[in-house]
Amino acid sequence: MCIDPKIRTLFMALLLVSGICGVRTVGAGEDAPSLARRGELIQLLERECGSCHGATLAGGMGPSLLPEILSERDTEGIINVILDGRPGTAMPPWRPFLSEGEARWLATRLQAKDPE
Amino acid sequence: MIPHPRGAIWLLLLLLTTCAAPRGTGDLGLVIERSRGSVLIIEHSSDSVLHRIAGLGDLSHASVVYSRDGLYGYVFGRDGGLSKVDLLRGKLDKRIKQAGNSIGGAISQDGRLIAVSNYEPGGVRIFRASDLSSVVDLPAIDATGRPSRVVGLVDAPGQRFVFSLMDADEIWVVDASAPQEPTVTKFTGVGRQPYDALITPDGRHYVAGLFGEDGLVHLDLWNLDLGTKRILSGYGRGKRKLPVYKMPHLEGWAIAGEQAFLPAVGAHELLVVDTRTWQETGRVALLGQPVFAMAEPGGRHIWVNFAFPDNDRIQVVDSQSQQVVQDLAPGKGVLHMEFTPRGEKVWVSLRDEDRVEILRTSDFSRIGSLRAAQPSGIFFTVRSALIGL
Ligand code: HEC
Repeated sequence: MCIDPKIRTLFMALLLVSGICGVRTVGAGEDAPSLARRGELIQLLERECGSCHGATLAGGMGPSLLPEILSERDTEGIINVILDGRPGTAMPPWRPFLSEGEARWLATRLQAKDPE
Repeated sequence: MIPHPRGAIWLLLLLLTTCAAPRGTGDLGLVIERSRGSVLIIEHSSDSVLHRIAGLGDLSHASVVYSRDGLYGYVFGRDGGLSKVDLLRGKLDKRIKQAGNSIGGAISQDGRLIAVSNYEPGGVRIFRASDLSSVVDLPAIDATGRPSRVVGLVDAPGQRFVFSLMDADEIWVVDASAPQEPTVTKFTGVGRQPYDALITPDGRHYVAGLFGEDGLVHLDLWNLDLGTKRILSGYGRGKRKLPVYKMPHLEGWAIAGEQAFLPAVGAHELLVVDTRTWQETGRVALLGQPVFAMAEPGGRHIWVNFAFPDNDRIQVVDSQSQQVVQDLAPGKGVLHMEFTPRGEKVWVSLRDEDRVEILRTSDFSRIGSLRAAQPSGIFFTVRSALIGL
């Protein structure tokens, strides 16, 4: 495919500027996960979180994580539970495997009524 | 009367196909395909897939028990579905949705009743094995009127079912000899938060793991009047509990001779217990949090798989030396292991690689592999003859 060099330059410049100025897409944090990593996170949610919260996250040994339950909650609180677990319960800390940006992305996704 | 020649050929063909050699069910089994809501009917004499049966709902954490003739597999789905699968005809015989969120099931000593344990609504429901019609409901309501999730449901001799109330710290023994009017014996304050249980292969000892405290609780089903007793309490004492990324399972019991090998919770160890005294006799250090500890038939080796992030590994423990004798890395997402009846082979499900690996137990070598969509549990019909499985 052939792109007009002028348009390409403009596009590159825009990319550069957005990078420097930290232009964000809605819902993404400082270290928002890449597209490939998002795929891994969705798998983690379904497989590993699903082993306690149910594969559809509707609840199992752990409570339901569906938007009906979580959408009105404080996002920071959800991020904290994900990263540090709930001591004294079966909810383990995921900090060794998730960055704060990734936990934020997961929390936002869990709260969204209609993710993607 | 002489039939038309073409008709005769058809008749002959029909006879030939219907007279195919009869086959038994002793080498059959089911592999759960969790992402597709389907099961594979397999045979383990030459390791092949015979049929795929779809439409069984949410099968994450699904488990299976078998009719005593090994013809039917009863599949307990996570979404409360109960499906009866005909292994020889390769079809779904009957399916019901019996609750909202279920965790496992058991078949009675006489093979006539199927019991299902549920989280939502918490309790046990009993069905006729023949047509899955309802027999009786046992809501798990504790002494104070609170509902509880039910875990660790097993069958026991004397046409009994035994299970634990996770949120109420109780163990119930149900005698279903008169199925419509079962008698229930309840044990309260057994220990904090039972999460799963096992029954020994002789059907005598029921042992539930506790999440809310270190240790397990033991009930002697030959001597119910002795009540429940904590065992191995404080096995983690003095040590920081490690986080648990997947709850261990006890139902795949590992009893070798007089010893039981049980996964510790929050410690990278197997606990070794003498089954005559239920005292701890040793520990085996492992590379991660164990999930299943399963004894090979005969009990010489115990095969252990692990919680995230070590779920690509298996360790094999020698029951005599209580040492790890083999480290295996079969692939990603090791969820379950099932032995052939006499233990020469083991099937290993690799959820994240969409296949089942087949290993030779004598030298741990790889014999073959079969494709399956996110395989989780593997259940062979040999279970039909074993108490508690
Ligand atoms: C080993 C079991 C287990 C695993 C695995 C697990 N959780 Fe949990 N989780 C729990 C339990 C149990 C609770 C309830 C804790 C309590 O009693 O407060 C919980 C609570 C939570 C809560 C708080 C819900 C509320 O209503 O307050 C969130 C959010 C959560 N988990 C997210 C996750 C995510 C995301 C993952 C995967 C990265 C995950 N969990 C994996 C067991 C688990």
